[in-house]
Amino acid sequence: MGIRERLSGNEAAAIAMKQINPDVVAAFPITPSTEIPQYFSTFVSNGSVDTEFVAVESEHSAMSACVGAEAAGARAMTATSANGLSFMWEMIYIASSLRLPIVMSLVNRAVSGPLNIHNDHSDAMGVRDAGWIMLFSENNQEAYDNLLMAHRIAEHKDVLLPLMVCQDGFITSHSIENIELLEDEKVKEFVGTYHPEHYLLNMKEPMAIGPLDVQSYLFEHKYQQAEAMRNAKKVILEVAKDFEKLTGRKYSFFEEYKMEDAEIAVVCMNSTAGTTKVVVDKLREQGVKAGMVKIRVFRPFPAEELAEALGSLKAVAVMDKADSLNAVGGALFEDVTSGMYVANKQVPAVNYVYGIGGRDTREADILKVYSDLQEIATTGTIDNPYRYVGLRK
Amino acid sequence: MAYNLKEVMANRPSRFTAGHRMCAGCGAPPVARMVLRALRPEDHAVISNATGCMEVSSFMYPYTAWTDSYIHTAFENAASTCSGVEAAYRSLKKQGKLPENEHTKFITFGGDGGTYDIGIQALSGAMERGHDMVYVCYDNGAYMNTGIQRSSATPKFADTTTSPAGTVIPGKMQSRKDLTEVMAAHHLPYVAQTIAYANFKDLYEKAEKAIYTEGPCFLNVLSPCPRGWGYPTDMLMQINKLAVDTCYWPLYEVIDGKYVINYKPAKKLPIEEFLKPQKRFKHMFKPGNEWMIEAFQKEVDDRWNALLNLEQN
Repeated sequence: MGIRERLSGNEAAAIAMKQINPDVVAAFPITPSTEIPQYFSTFVSNGSVDTEFVAVESEHSAMSACVGAEAAGARAMTATSANGLSFMWEMIYIASSLRLPIVMSLVNRAVSGPLNIHNDHSDAMGVRDAGWIMLFSENNQEAYDNLLMAHRIAEHKDVLLPLMVCQDGFITSHSIENIELLEDEKVKEFVGTYHPEHYLLNMKEPMAIGPLDVQSYLFEHKYQQAEAMRNAKKVILEVAKDFEKLTGRKYSFFEEYKMEDAEIAVVCMNSTAGTTKVVVDKLREQGVKAGMVKIRVFRPFPAEELAEALGSLKAVAVMDKADSLNAVGGALFEDVTSGMYVANKQVPAVNYVYGIGGRDTREADILKVYSDLQEIATTGTIDNPYRYVGLRK
Repeated sequence: MAYNLKEVMANRPSRFTAGHRMCAGCGAPPVARMVLRALRPEDHAVISNATGCMEVSSFMYPYTAWTDSYIHTAFENAASTCSGVEAAYRSLKKQGKLPENEHTKFITFGGDGGTYDIGIQALSGAMERGHDMVYVCYDNGAYMNTGIQRSSATPKFADTTTSPAGTVIPGKMQSRKDLTEVMAAHHLPYVAQTIAYANFKDLYEKAEKAIYTEGPCFLNVLSPCPRGWGYPTDMLMQINKLAVDTCYWPLYEVIDGKYVINYKPAKKLPIEEFLKPQKRFKHMFKPGNEWMIEAFQKEVDDRWNALLNLEQN
């Protein structure tokens, strides 16, 4: 019945990687994810994993080496943050186009510039169309659990896509919280062994990958990637079901918190959900019918399911921890509202950009969002849907 | 291993096959063929290739000219991609996940753009990390795939599309980077400079040494480009010979730090012999531009003498 521990988010990710025991890890240090390859190198140095650790000279090479290793027939993993992910950007697209189920731990941090090492989601949002499955984690437990489920999803024959598990830099990565770990053997059994159908090191079937793919083929190949992403939805739920059987911990596309009779709700991701739950509880005590939806699966985006979950609200606020700088809303807001529009769910919706560059998001900030929602629900009018919270005047 | 061209050609079929789309008179395909012929027939190879002429002409979906496993990902990272493949091999071998009696060798091909310039960081990193691989640079002295733009391998004064010989600036005004020396400074077990020349003996033997020396090895192979250099397509082998006989491209090895010059021409030809057949140097032969030829000759001489010194020390 699990092992009770106290770990930081980075430690949790590193322990998950140790239990997964990948064949290759290639990584380059960058705050706040640095600790993951650090802890992992210790496992390598002490012989507690079979992994070849490739201490590359850059993140671009980290992802390139992961691509090479995964194509060779190995399980490859990496970890990064912010500019590290930006530097990988070219290879992020190539990894998914080659259909390589690489798994990454992304510890979210603001992308430069100016330089800032603290948390927001601008790194993840920069790769949202890159063909990676993207899972978000509220805390260390979820970061750990998502990593344990990652390979089962990514390597599924109907999927074969890379996957990243996100957690908030510092807020989650460096905070020590209680966690329940699985025994090594149980993880090994759950994750299973990797048996790629085609791989470079198969001498009996040499293969060539990464062609020049001209007008007559690229469209179809991209369609196959899109299909794989659509297929991933079913697989994510199946794996979650198996994981629940093993641990009792339930996962889906998103978590609905006190949504049964909710009239107003906030949609958010990662650690903000923890703060929001506290606010919801307090509002409930006052008789306010508040709820929250925490997105776990951002890619593939569960648009239909979200529209259903949010469709009967009187007002909804979508929280974006990255500004899209497009003169309208953030990425999550666009996805949520367009999903609702397509599903014919007309709910007054507002967007809040918040927490940029590690700006602390307190209960009072979230409370302000709910009180705005109450006003919108009453009046039915929205003066400006593109708002900021926590921004100094 | 004693080298006999006829035997090699007869007993080791080309692992880089016909049907690729590289230009007539291009120096790169003979390089790829001869390097791969140096593989023992029983050994498998994984080829990593940087984006460039060789890649776009040899693996256009759904056709490939490569009989070994092959991976192309991007322009600047052929070395790091290869390092990942090699790390996977070591890991899987160690865990008993691959057959014990089978051997795979790791060879990377990149042009000078993918090697001297955009890929130098990935190359330096992979070599420093000590992966058991060979990096082969086929150096044609410019970005030929995108249409003959200057690179840091482009020789001084060459007319390229981004260093055009104009009325004010007469071609590329900077000297060529000496990448072989940069790689020698990595203290690798084997670094060599070679060319497809004289029955391919030098190239073949160096490829074999590089492939079968454990650890990271580097080959720099001059690989003329008829379009970029402007020579008739049937003149490839003569151009190669002139590059060597003028000491523009000395053939040498650095074996565990020790320099060995493999060929010292009895009569070192003047650099004009190499420059003259190439349109990219045409402007150097206009009256009034004699200083350019002198400067070019001086650079060749200085570098050759420096190399002779390195061999002596």
